[in-house]
Amino acid sequence: MKLITHNMLTSKCLKGVVTGYPLAINATDVKISEVDFNPEFISRIIPKLDWEVLWKAAESIGHSEGLPQTIDPKFEDNEEFLRKAHKVLLEVEVEEGYLTCPESGRQFPISKGIPNMLLTEAEVQ
Amino acid sequence: MSKRPEHQAPPELFYNEDEARKYTQNSRIIEIQGQMTERCIELLVLPEDTPCLLLDIGCGSGLSGTVLEENGHLWIGLDISSAMLDVALERETEGDLILADMGDGVPFKPGCFDGAVSVSALQWLFNADKKSHHPVKRLYKFFSSLYASLSRSARAVFQFYPENENQLELLTSQAMKAGFYGGVVIDYPNSAKAKKFFLVLMTGGSAPLPKALGVDEEDSLQVKYSRREASKGARGKPLKNTRAWLLEKKERRRKQGKETKPDTKYTGRKRSGRF
Repeated sequence: MKLITHNMLTSKCLKGVVTGYPLAINATDVKISEVDFNPEFISRIIPKLDWEVLWKAAESIGHSEGLPQTIDPKFEDNEEFLRKAHKVLLEVEVEEGYLTCPESGRQFPISKGIPNMLLTEAEVQ
Repeated sequence: MSKRPEHQAPPELFYNEDEARKYTQNSRIIEIQGQMTERCIELLVLPEDTPCLLLDIGCGSGLSGTVLEENGHLWIGLDISSAMLDVALERETEGDLILADMGDGVPFKPGCFDGAVSVSALQWLFNADKKSHHPVKRLYKFFSSLYASLSRSARAVFQFYPENENQLELLTSQAMKAGFYGGVVIDYPNSAKAKKFFLVLMTGGSAPLPKALGVDEEDSLQVKYSRREASKGARGKPLKNTRAWLLEKKERRRKQGKETKPDTKYTGRKRSGRF
């Protein structure tokens, strides 16, 4: 699971959970894969992200070094910033571990990089 | 028994390792899925030359995702079958994968996707595979959570195989209830094989539906069809006591499961005088 996905994923499908965001990450295995750098895509996606959540997520899996805590107001022209954002968003992948819902404490296992968000009958709204 | 996969088993069981393997080896499946995804992208009307973040619902082995990548977009895929997602991992698709049931709702925060595509997945929502499943509620939950997770002016395009008119009606009514505008586009409506259904849903105000493919010659086809039907009725049953009549009768008996002698060159012939 890439951190861009984590930045959008919620557990609001659970019964009784209102926002279910952000999910806490507990990673046991993190891998880094090469992805082509696309500055246009990154600068389009940054306004949609919750930067604080991204920073905390990166910190919790130990990949926040060099990542600024706030968005550079002129990020479109700052290639260094975009490259760092690209690395954290698309190249860092959580392979094994689990996500935890902030409201109910329900854990969603991640295996082979795929988070399992399947719910049991009792958990469905 | 019906040939429709939805009638055989729930999706998480139907798409097992054997079925999943077909999606990497069968070149026909790969080609058709590719064509349908291309058409979905066309119907999405994304801004030109802009890399977008798309949601692929029922991404399976990532065949549709590969086409999205070729068009320069990034995608996140949802699927309920872990066997299919394993194949997607094997194929090393670039998109991120999530194991989830679309009927429980789309688990994303509001406004994050520039569009959503889905190839041959929506029809599974009509099933009630568990006692707790209520198709109408699941459809509504799916559409309303999808509506929330799309950015404004984004579209969602679903290629699917409806079983009957009622399903189409239910689908559009639930999508409208969730706030979408749009409707069903039917490509090649007069062809049995090339006929494809696309549900095109829009979030940002109503706009005219895109034009379906292969409909301009509709009128001429309509006439041909009715003329053929008429001539078929006029011919009626074959003349009594002829060979054709006899063969038809034997065929009918066979269908009824009655004992019938096989058809040979002697069937329906007069005996020679020597007997």
